[in-house]
Amino acid sequence: MSTLKTTPFFPHRHLLGIEGLSPQDIAALLDFAEEEIDVSRQVEKKKSVLRGRTQINLFFEASTRTQSSFELAGKRLGADVMNMSVASSSVKKGETLVDTAMTLNAMNPDILVMRHHSAGAAALLAQQVDCSVINAGDGAHEHPTQALLDALTIRRHKGKLARLTVAICGDVLHSRVARSNILLLNAMDARVRVVAPSTLLPAGIERLGVEVYRDMKKGLKDADVVMMLRLQRERMAGAFVPSVREYFRYHGLDAEKLACAKPDALVMHPGPMNRGVEIDPAIADGPNSVIREQVEMGVAVRMAVLEALSQHLPNRGGRS
Amino acid sequence: MATSKTSVHIRNGRLICARQNLVETGDLLVIDGKIAAMGPAGKLAVSNDNIPALDATGKAVLPGMVDMQVHVGEPGEEHKETLATASAAAAAGGITTIITTPDTDPVIDDPALVDFMLRRARDTAIVKVHPSAALTKGQAGKEMTEFGLLKEAGAVAFSSGHRALENSLILRRALTYARDFDSLIIHHAEDPHLAGDGVMNEGENASRLGLPGIPHEAELIMVDRDIRMAALTQSRCHIAQISTAAGVDAVRTAKASGVPVTAGVSINHLSLNEIDIGSYRTFFKLSPPLRLEDDRQALIDGVADGTIDVVISNHNPQNVEAKRHPFAEAESGAIGLETLFSAAMRLVHDDRLSLLDVVRATSDVPARLLGLEAGSLEVGTDADIAIADLNAPWIASEDEFRSRSKNTAFEDARFSGRIVQTLVNGRTVFRDEG
Repeated sequence: MSTLKTTPFFPHRHLLGIEGLSPQDIAALLDFAEEEIDVSRQVEKKKSVLRGRTQINLFFEASTRTQSSFELAGKRLGADVMNMSVASSSVKKGETLVDTAMTLNAMNPDILVMRHHSAGAAALLAQQVDCSVINAGDGAHEHPTQALLDALTIRRHKGKLARLTVAICGDVLHSRVARSNILLLNAMDARVRVVAPSTLLPAGIERLGVEVYRDMKKGLKDADVVMMLRLQRERMAGAFVPSVREYFRYHGLDAEKLACAKPDALVMHPGPMNRGVEIDPAIADGPNSVIREQVEMGVAVRMAVLEALSQHLPNRGGRS
Repeated sequence: MATSKTSVHIRNGRLICARQNLVETGDLLVIDGKIAAMGPAGKLAVSNDNIPALDATGKAVLPGMVDMQVHVGEPGEEHKETLATASAAAAAGGITTIITTPDTDPVIDDPALVDFMLRRARDTAIVKVHPSAALTKGQAGKEMTEFGLLKEAGAVAFSSGHRALENSLILRRALTYARDFDSLIIHHAEDPHLAGDGVMNEGENASRLGLPGIPHEAELIMVDRDIRMAALTQSRCHIAQISTAAGVDAVRTAKASGVPVTAGVSINHLSLNEIDIGSYRTFFKLSPPLRLEDDRQALIDGVADGTIDVVISNHNPQNVEAKRHPFAEAESGAIGLETLFSAAMRLVHDDRLSLLDVVRATSDVPARLLGLEAGSLEVGTDADIAIADLNAPWIASEDEFRSRSKNTAFEDARFSGRIVQTLVNGRTVFRDEG
């Protein structure tokens, strides 16, 4: 990534993915996020580290959760936050991503947060602009802040990440959440399993350092963490799995399958959930679930990332 | 299905079992519907004198056959055949397990319909019935069916019926998904676009008859595609029927390199060729079409060397109205449950196949492919047994067929060898009174 003039605790200009982060980088961000939690729990939810900075949230895919999380994170740090959604943007009129990037760059933003439906879009943007870029999800490639918030949630409950058994279950094939989590958890020395029907597993997944299971009960055996993934509606009816009822029967997280995991296993989901598809409502709201806590950790992690990158601001003159 | 279990002492028969590689004269003791013991003739210790004896002297005692592809008209076309009539025909042919095809009306693509088939079979059939379910919903070739739930309901395989699944992506996903359940996919390998309007083998004979032909390549392209898909997914793909010599070669080569592909052939294609169509005889209109004599010989060789795993009747009842049309407009298909064994015996008498080859391809291997406990004379298994006179001469006559439809490709055929008695769970479901 970037060459640096100073040596801040986070030596990167952009956050494009978990790939490229060292275990030290990750641990530092998580430590820092712990402090940010307190900010959000105060009555006065405000810091001023980003005062005078401009943050643009550029979302080519609709996302209530991630976009509002980034918006709140920026505002709580004092930044001026602007949301650009694709519906009203010139992209709809045929503008290329690079032209959009150049246009935005001319407005002198300090941080660009982008979600895009194509893998590699965030990296392309980072090559074109002078500011910091945060990848808020690019296709089926990476979603680094999701992996960080998941890690923070786990660490706060289990006190560690190393040597925990984490089962990532469901539509791994299309999931950027799964990829970022696999990278992060492996970097932090956790044991990662993926559990899915073969049709929802990417080719060569075992080469990414995971144990592969097709059977939920085997895959969840003695797991410390059960991470469910969302199954997109258009993939439910015969293309990748035959039907919702069959998917729920064999791959939906219910009490019977969860019983195979450790009694204190955490149940996680990046949201939004399809209740009755990948997860039984009773489990989603049950004692093992930390799903709502993940949302809170999301704001904290994004604040930590914004603040960490702000050490490099202004970024004028460097494009690396 | 026969549920009552009985005991019987089968004496002095020629016991033939491919799974045990056994050809030996001896006794077989059946207790409560299960094969309890096997031994040299007269040497078996029978504790209970009340067990009735069945003299099989001079007869062959075979595992009841497992027919992997049987069209029953039920549900939807009960005027052509029902589970009751099909099972009576099966029993008369020495077939104790039939696998029904899913291309009924409605298509068997829902667990409730599998359940329906099993209940109807329980109430009306005298042999064992296992449904194969549709590979795609409505057999429309677009969305895979619920392999897991259907298997739990009792479906033993997933079949495309008499229609190829054209879309390779959908086949890939279906094979990939089926692997998780260790399910067998049965595919009809014929490119529908290349087959087009064809009604018989393409070549000189079709041209003389003025009928549109189906080239060998219509099969080969699909066989090659299916082999690649089985290799890609490492999932079990069974090609329902091979009809060409080159198709046999393709399967042989694929198996040699470890591809999990298996293949079947119908008894019709082992017995007949396109010349039998003569002057537009619609009972010889089959899918895939009857091919050349060279193809037939290669198919027999394929069964002999194990390249072709399974021989099926492809029993496909059609009523007279459906066949009494100009050749091109008539329905395809022929019945075959009652002639499968005798037609196969022709190949044995001609020294083209051994009796063990026939038993292997009609009982041992199909049962293993489908995961059924059937197809052998092993001690401890259900006493599903066919007793045959291997040399008895008879002439096939449509009047005597139990099948509700009479569209046989073996009308007036002269056979040597026939089934004389059939047992399901030790109970006699057929006895030749002739």
